[in-house]
Amino acid sequence: MSPLTSYLLLSAMIFSIGLAGALSRRNAILVLSGIELMLNAANLNFIAFWRYGPNPAALTGIMFTIFSISIAAAEAAVGLGIILAVYRHTRNTDLDQMNSMKG
Amino acid sequence: MTVTFLILAALTIIGASAAMGLRNLIHCVLALTLGFVGLAMLYLELGAQFVGFTQILVYVGAVAILSVFAIMMTRSAGPHAEPALSASWIIGLVVAGATFAVLAWAILSSGITAPATEAPDVSVKQIGDALMHSYAVPLEIMGLLLTAALIGAVIIAMPQEKTP
Repeated sequence: MSPLTSYLLLSAMIFSIGLAGALSRRNAILVLSGIELMLNAANLNFIAFWRYGPNPAALTGIMFTIFSISIAAAEAAVGLGIILAVYRHTRNTDLDQMNSMKG
Repeated sequence: MTVTFLILAALTIIGASAAMGLRNLIHCVLALTLGFVGLAMLYLELGAQFVGFTQILVYVGAVAILSVFAIMMTRSAGPHAEPALSASWIIGLVVAGATFAVLAWAILSSGITAPATEAPDVSVKQIGDALMHSYAVPLEIMGLLLTAALIGAVIIAMPQEKTP
């Protein structure tokens, strides 16, 4: 198995773990963490393809990863802000009980 | 596949699984931090030093602390009586398992091979040059996005005045 294949398989594994967590946990904060894990798996793919790609001097993978990390940070800040606002209305962070549009 | 890769991969997978599987939320975030550290070391192993240290700064530093703050402010820590998994957790696990099966099948059957070349030497100066020249417009847009996210997060989380 070539190094690139093992990195891709590891990335697929991390993505699936994040997906499983995002789909099956009740707490909103953990669902957000699962989404962060999925974004990180995509970043690992970018870096692996940059490293073993034909033209590593072009820096494309690194640039894409840097921008992706910035977007993930913005997403985490806004997501946790929304969770705090919802908690202030409903007094819990259980996603199974968030079933009304009016707080 | 080297021993270093195996150790780092095991660390990352254990951290990620524990983060998604444990019951206590604080333990979950600590395990998630372990997974992020493993990923940062994988970036270093791949020769992307700048991205590795950015990962440590942003994820291990900022996102983990932010999550711990959110857990404490929503009083979600500690043991709970209600189940940790949602009502439809079996469907979630099946979907995730199927996704991994399809991805692994696609990767293994693609026949992709890459020779193990020398790690490219990328300095921070080169990255800064690229950010200031060919990626200047995306950088500006990213700054705008981060400003908007900062203001938006503060406004969303601000307590609302009761209007009569």
